[in-house]
Amino acid sequence: MADRPSGAGQGDNRPKLSLHVPEPKFRPGDTVDFSHLQIPEVGTAPRPDETCDPKEMHELAFGLVRVLGDDNKAYGPWDPKLDPDTLRKMLGHMAMTRAFDERMFRGQRQGKTSFYMKCTGEEATSVSASMALAGDDMVFPSYRQQGILIQRGYPMIEMINQIYSNKGDKLKGRQLPIMYSSREHSFFTISGNLATQTPQAVGWAMASAMKGDSRIAATWVGEGSTAEGDFHSACTFATVYNAPVILNVINNQWAISSFSGFAGAERTTFAARALGYGLAGLRVDGNDALACYAAERWAANRARANAGPTLIEFFTYRAEGHSTSDDPTGYRSAQERAEWPLGDPVTRLKDHLIALGEWDEERQEKMDLEAAEHVKKTTKEAEANGILGHGLHHPFRTMFEDVFEELPWHLREQAEQAIRERETKFPEGLPNGGKGA
Amino acid sequence: MSEAETKTAPAKEQDTERRLNMIEAINDALDVSMEKDPDVVVMGEDVGYFGGVFRCTAGLQEKHGKTRVFDTPISECGIIAVAVGMGAYGLRPVPEIQFADYIYPGLDQLISEAARLRYRSAGEYIAPMTVRSPFGGGIFGGQTHSQSPEAIFTHVSGLKTVIPSTPYDAKGLLISAIEDNDPVIFFEPKRIYNGPFSGYYDKPAQPWKRFDESIVPEGYYKIPLGKARRVTEGDRVTILAYGTMVHVVEEVCKQKGVEADILDLRTLVPLDIEAIEASVERTGRCLIVHEATRTSGFGAELSALVTERCFYHLEAPVERVTGFDTPYPHSLEWAYFPGPVRIGEALDKILKD
Repeated sequence: MADRPSGAGQGDNRPKLSLHVPEPKFRPGDTVDFSHLQIPEVGTAPRPDETCDPKEMHELAFGLVRVLGDDNKAYGPWDPKLDPDTLRKMLGHMAMTRAFDERMFRGQRQGKTSFYMKCTGEEATSVSASMALAGDDMVFPSYRQQGILIQRGYPMIEMINQIYSNKGDKLKGRQLPIMYSSREHSFFTISGNLATQTPQAVGWAMASAMKGDSRIAATWVGEGSTAEGDFHSACTFATVYNAPVILNVINNQWAISSFSGFAGAERTTFAARALGYGLAGLRVDGNDALACYAAERWAANRARANAGPTLIEFFTYRAEGHSTSDDPTGYRSAQERAEWPLGDPVTRLKDHLIALGEWDEERQEKMDLEAAEHVKKTTKEAEANGILGHGLHHPFRTMFEDVFEELPWHLREQAEQAIRERETKFPEGLPNGGKGA
Repeated sequence: MSEAETKTAPAKEQDTERRLNMIEAINDALDVSMEKDPDVVVMGEDVGYFGGVFRCTAGLQEKHGKTRVFDTPISECGIIAVAVGMGAYGLRPVPEIQFADYIYPGLDQLISEAARLRYRSAGEYIAPMTVRSPFGGGIFGGQTHSQSPEAIFTHVSGLKTVIPSTPYDAKGLLISAIEDNDPVIFFEPKRIYNGPFSGYYDKPAQPWKRFDESIVPEGYYKIPLGKARRVTEGDRVTILAYGTMVHVVEEVCKQKGVEADILDLRTLVPLDIEAIEASVERTGRCLIVHEATRTSGFGAELSALVTERCFYHLEAPVERVTGFDTPYPHSLEWAYFPGPVRIGEALDKILKD
């Protein structure tokens, strides 16, 4: 027991305090019942003008923008009314993302790389949102937005080269798998330290506004890491400078094994964070590809009109483990995925297209097959550049490059030492064409 | 690189001789840089309309406009982070952290982000920012306005650390830092903003204008990063110092009549190792002086380097004079400060045999 100041509180009759430690509803083995979740009717959320005062949006921060109904039809003012070609493209990107995830996960299990992260169930939050932006709007993603790169047409072989850290890896094998970077695709280098990208996106957006540019910035962050101070900085700077930026919070319910309650979800919504800052706040069904698109487009229009930043909470569910290093059966009920009341984003969009008479199961099957084939073929091509640990990596000296623009004397000396070490280890040259070096 | 630069300021006979204190010289460097490059932007707490609590940004907002010189929220994390984003856009931000003691909330953005961008993106993104921050004690700032945290930054790969000791250097080094494509931590020794400090705190302060190091030419000039300055030339001992301590050791050597080879390091990373080696090989003795705490301070790195590289030239063990390993105490500031007595004692010891 901690010491009390002498004389104070001796024998007082005040009630005993107790600490609340959040606990998720369901643990392994539990029967899952999500009926406590309040899911508003499809099509009922109002769609205010993009330039409206955030004060008029209170309700939207606690509701849920939903477009796709149980009958697979689109309803309400948020229906983006996309043409069937665009919808098929959206579905195609989402299917490709899923096929990519499947293959890369397997590749990690086969020992081709150290690590992978799937985005299963969250495809709409990156693919649809990205489609609502211009291709040169700058994105500052977290680690589960591979859908953006696929949507933006980033060559898949580059993604796989990066995952394998092979000699084709544009990032020279320095980054943990999936921490992509592509300036050409206006895709910021992924950090791995959480939420750091959110205030950086605000800074980029401020710069764009300072220069009278027309490009906006968007960032993605998990609900768990909204607890970081960086996120608070992002919201503060965004509102202070009215930065043309979109803050996308992916509430997939789980931060590794910690449920969203450890980021405050027991008390309020993540969209409601916007209210205290005077940001526009939207809460969106993240498994509804049309709602995701519509919300992101609303926020993009708002930013482009100099009307201010938006914080969007995408309410979704992380259908798989956090990463290949995680086993979710150790902390949550296996029933959650199947019981998730908002379904699966790929299935829902597919069913919508079928309901429109613009798609069918046969074409879906063909598309899935082609996606899997494309990923398989590209994986083979990438494997020609090597897989992790099999020697086909970047030349040794590259380890010391890019710490600074120019190599200072102390790094030059250390590089020389590294080369000496290699010669000591392999006096007769590198074995197996460099394997294990 | 070989010998340290001995020239400190342009010749006195120059017609346009203009004397500035360090604050004015920093202000001038910012002005010149903003004039030259429209991508240079200045931001920080109170730096805009008011011109900064130490006046380093006075008049810049009026001259260059509110979107290039502006106040920020009190959020060092946010200040550094938006500077990272601005750098990614293509700007050259010069954020001010009001006191070095306040920089810690921004450390993750500096260490994990700014310092790593070039490496992790293989050169796709860089952080060409210069973080200016007043540091050091001697102004009765107490524990939260007196610290010298340079060793935290020199330990991080990808950051450069620069510390000027004169108005002339401050301007030339700051312009170099701003133009540098790597993130630079630019610590300004606030005890010598208005005049050099002899270490004798009970003697009247001298304004910069009485010293030639305050002759600051108008317009553009640079002092390269990674190049030390020889303050005085001597054969008996090499003294490595930076910031405020440069002036203190100079005064102590004068008082004691010690002919010391005093090197003002100016840049800690990248370090002018050649100048250090050349000097120590000549004198055979090396005293290292900094105001920061001792354990794992930058002096430890300097001592190790000198021992590793100049051991067979040494006539005596390398000595360090530093602040004590305590927080900077308010009322006992001058007992904490590595002043003339502590330096004198170390000099006596190193010169004994």
